[in-house]
Amino acid sequence: MSATPSTAAVPGVSNSGKFLDSVERFLPKLVLAPTFVVTLLFIYGFILWTGYLSFTQSRMLPNYDLVGFIQYQNLFDNERWWVALKNLAIFGSLFIAGCLAIGLGMAILLDQKIRGEGFIRSIYLYPMALSFVVTGTAWKWILNPGLGFEKVMHDMGFADFTFDWLTNSDMAIYTVVIAGVWQSSGFIMAMFLAGLRGVDESIVKAAQVDGASLPTIYWRIIIPSLRPVFFSAVMILSHIAIKSFDLVMALTGGGPGFASDTPATFMYTFSFTRNQIGMGAASAMMMLMIVAAVVVPFLYSELRSSRRG
Amino acid sequence: MNTIRHKTKLAAAITLALATFSAQAAEVEVLHWWTSGGEAKSVAELKKLMQAKGDTWKDFAVSGGGGENAMTVLKSRVVAGDPPTAAQIKGPSIQEWGAEGVLADLSSTAKAGNWDTLLPPVVSKVMKYKGNYVAVPVNVHRVNWMWVNPAVFNKAGAKVPTTWAEFPDAADKLQKAGFIAVAHGGQPWQDFTIFESVVLGVGGPEFYQKAMVDLDQTALKSATMTKAFDTFRTVRKYVDKDFSGRDWNLATQMVIQGKAGMQFMGDWAKGEFTAAGKKPGKDYLCVDVPGTQGDFTFNIDSFVMFKQSSSDAKKGQEDLANAIMSPSFQETFNLNKGSIPARLDVKMDKFDDCAKKSNADFVASSKTGSLVPSIAHQMAVPAATTGAIQDVVTQFFNSNMSSKQAVEKLASAAKTQ
Repeated sequence: MSATPSTAAVPGVSNSGKFLDSVERFLPKLVLAPTFVVTLLFIYGFILWTGYLSFTQSRMLPNYDLVGFIQYQNLFDNERWWVALKNLAIFGSLFIAGCLAIGLGMAILLDQKIRGEGFIRSIYLYPMALSFVVTGTAWKWILNPGLGFEKVMHDMGFADFTFDWLTNSDMAIYTVVIAGVWQSSGFIMAMFLAGLRGVDESIVKAAQVDGASLPTIYWRIIIPSLRPVFFSAVMILSHIAIKSFDLVMALTGGGPGFASDTPATFMYTFSFTRNQIGMGAASAMMMLMIVAAVVVPFLYSELRSSRRG
Repeated sequence: MNTIRHKTKLAAAITLALATFSAQAAEVEVLHWWTSGGEAKSVAELKKLMQAKGDTWKDFAVSGGGGENAMTVLKSRVVAGDPPTAAQIKGPSIQEWGAEGVLADLSSTAKAGNWDTLLPPVVSKVMKYKGNYVAVPVNVHRVNWMWVNPAVFNKAGAKVPTTWAEFPDAADKLQKAGFIAVAHGGQPWQDFTIFESVVLGVGGPEFYQKAMVDLDQTALKSATMTKAFDTFRTVRKYVDKDFSGRDWNLATQMVIQGKAGMQFMGDWAKGEFTAAGKKPGKDYLCVDVPGTQGDFTFNIDSFVMFKQSSSDAKKGQEDLANAIMSPSFQETFNLNKGSIPARLDVKMDKFDDCAKKSNADFVASSKTGSLVPSIAHQMAVPAATTGAIQDVVTQFFNSNMSSKQAVEKLASAAKTQ
């Protein structure tokens, strides 16, 4: 660079200017290139590899002989996979609905210009700072009939009180919902709160002048204007739900039996402890399909409508 | 099972890795997951023996998950063409690794050391791939133990059951006296541990062999299996309601503290009693699971050796194999670990009464044919099949499934390849 100005005074300036221009043009690409390559390889490359493996008879180590759809056939013949899918449906819908309802509710209440808002807000937000493993372990103790909530109620004299969801095969998945909602609704609250603060005051004022009641204002004006926040919240929550692994592992370990298995724990078990990498890969591909089935239409409709709006 | 392409690729990768490896002295890298107290001490013993022979010991410990994590690391190392010298692998997995063509042949070492006469045939069969030794056994765990707190039984006026027919009566008495009858942790492998002992107790070793090892469909669908599930259901009744997800050692603590009367668990439970300062025969009893007197379900830890090209590395493997098989190591290791030596000829003077009984039963059962591999601890059938059967067992234990349904499901799970 230092050599260029010596050729001529005036052209030198324009030369170095051109050089800077081209640096400016290429620098972002240059800086992003490693990330791009890494993403391409470690995300899309491995998706393709997993997809390939799901069509093979891979057991303990990868094997590259194609055998068609046998792994998918076995997967959907497997009772445990159906349990995992059913649990995903229960957990996913209740987790998303619960987080949205509680998060929005808390955000609206916090938005009433109350005292100590910052303090309360941090309290609600703190669970987000924990990892799902910590949440799972803590709730395992709270929900354990002999240690936690039920025992406290017994000690207080309510001898007939039972709350044994954690050890009940039919209810275990709902304990995962409880712990998940507890962890994530504070974060969703923060998102909604930010959204509420962004609502134009003058619209609300205008509605008040027109004589609309507060519930009507929220229901007809404020909540509909939070549509983009709902969009982001659902996106974040649905991928947490679909890949939920650590929370289930820490809270129930997939148990009792395999009653609270989710697709992610199923995939881990079959790929890594049962030497059925082929079937594990097939289940991983199905998880990808589920994500795609949920996210793509949603993304498409949201992005299209926002472009129109 | 494998493509030729895959094999040659692996072989090429391995030789490549070894070319860089052999430049160093006889370094022995051993993958294991023995990281807790007594286990770590046992490994240190092996390290000392190897250093005495002039080899360098490179510890490759991956803790956690009952070896799951270690296996994941091992697979990636082998696929990358850089396998360790030896790794802790047990049961039919040895055959699966053998089929990948990556294991070293130890026949000459075994011949020189006379392993065929030192090990019972049932054990040496597990250690061989296509008739050649590829693995060295370290210890033998007995799984069909029942750990009893005699003080609890005395207080309840109950007799320690010796058959499954006597079991409900004893368990009822314990419950009436306010104790938990059976200390149990509701994790799939623990459910399965009880189940295999029940099958052995109800059907006997021959039936066990047919159903749980040979996976014979008629045995799996037989009335005996239905009865085994009925008995298993009975055990479920005497478990406390907080059992779900509990770790096995916490269940053992319940027996130690006198909250529960008995636990069905392998002999690693002894370590918990010893750590609590309890004496066998006095503070606790180790008895056979009802109906399995003299029978022995074994769970054997072993090391396999991976193919090496340099003579240095081969010498290291030979040293390691000989060190593991030496009576002195088998004694010290198993004193620390709570198990018994895999060799039939080790003196048991220093061991406690439970280990002595275990050893006597081991030697005796190896002659009568009542020495059988534990399916719950992955000694009997490949991982995929074990997993499918375990799913049925744990689902039965945690639901209202009827024994008839369970038998049907078990038979179809056994077909999993």
